[in-house]
Amino acid sequence: MTARLARRAWVEQIMGLPVSVHVRGADPARPDVELAVARVFADLCRADAVLSPYRDASDLSRWERGELALGDADPDLALVMELCDLARERTGGWFDAAGLPEPRTGRRRYDPSGLVKGWAVQRAARHLAALDGAGWCLNAGGDVLVHAPEGQPPWRVGIEDPARPDRVMAVVARRGGAVATSGGAHRGAHIIDPHTGRPAAAVRSVTVAGPDLLWADVRATAAAARGPDALAGLAPYEALMITGAGERLTTPGWTED
Amino acid sequence: MRRITLWMLSTVAALVLMFSYRTSLHGTAPVRASGASAPAPSASAAAGTQGSAAKTYQGSVAQTQWGPVQVTVTVSGGRITDVGVPTYPNGNHRDEEINAQALPRLKEEVLDAQSADIDTVSGATVTSDGYRQSLQAALDAAHLS
Repeated sequence: MTARLARRAWVEQIMGLPVSVHVRGADPARPDVELAVARVFADLCRADAVLSPYRDASDLSRWERGELALGDADPDLALVMELCDLARERTGGWFDAAGLPEPRTGRRRYDPSGLVKGWAVQRAARHLAALDGAGWCLNAGGDVLVHAPEGQPPWRVGIEDPARPDRVMAVVARRGGAVATSGGAHRGAHIIDPHTGRPAAAVRSVTVAGPDLLWADVRATAAAARGPDALAGLAPYEALMITGAGERLTTPGWTED
Repeated sequence: MRRITLWMLSTVAALVLMFSYRTSLHGTAPVRASGASAPAPSASAAAGTQGSAAKTYQGSVAQTQWGPVQVTVTVSGGRITDVGVPTYPNGNHRDEEINAQALPRLKEEVLDAQSADIDTVSGATVTSDGYRQSLQAALDAAHLS
């Protein structure tokens, strides 16, 4: 059993996702804790307002319709587009925001959402990182970022079993950094192979752990599209993959409890 | 013991409220699982049925805008061994139908989350719709206060 540290959770629905923040070891009623949590949610709401492909009034949608020049848009739009380019390079083209089919219509469009979530959550976590003596765990729709200060136990992150999403197939203990999972367990085959434009089938689920949530998430998405070959050269990130055939693969440095 | 029991009572109550919320609004409204809006039963759990080692704790009945909610947990050897929801909102046929599906599943998840001793869950993107039935919802609800 973990020690009974004071702990409190907050949950909001943002970007169509449940986002939960758990803070422990600091008085949850401390005003700076409440303020930091509120700022995390506010940051994420703002990222959604600027970058959502589902909001007609977002800077992204207006830029796409030709109503807004990139230079006049929120600077985050250009920043995210640069990061998407970098992600495409770093994954050998297996992560590609350009030309993804839009889920509602099937029409191909520029969709950076696969990167925006990890990027926005990693950035929003700065408000929690500034809290003195607090441990925290930020979970956005199954992508997790944690911090355990000295004297607190690591956070125990359960990895969902893709065959039974109400079960956990592995547990990793982390003092810091990110754990991101991609796969089709909840939304069907939504990972698209950018080379064929078809749903990827070789992977049921892939979990990537490492220092930064943006890159753990991007690598998980790319690995879900590419398959087992993606597990080579991931360091300093580590991964656990369940293939379409149910085979369990890990990178050499993957550790779990 | 008492502390963890009260903690579990509020977990279950919060989850029932989340399920009931959807029930009452027929899934059309955005859901905020915020602690502020979920009146958990007051922490006046009284010892009820007593076995050789197992003890059942009964939460007080919480009046919510969707109806009364009451939960019980059974503790044996320091672990929660059973979760019951003797009273829950069932104002109409649709409510009963959904509660009949949700409550057994909820009970299973609360027990699972405890046995795995985990803080959070990483999984393929959970949408807001799927959240209410997820293990993460159980873990969050345990700490909403």
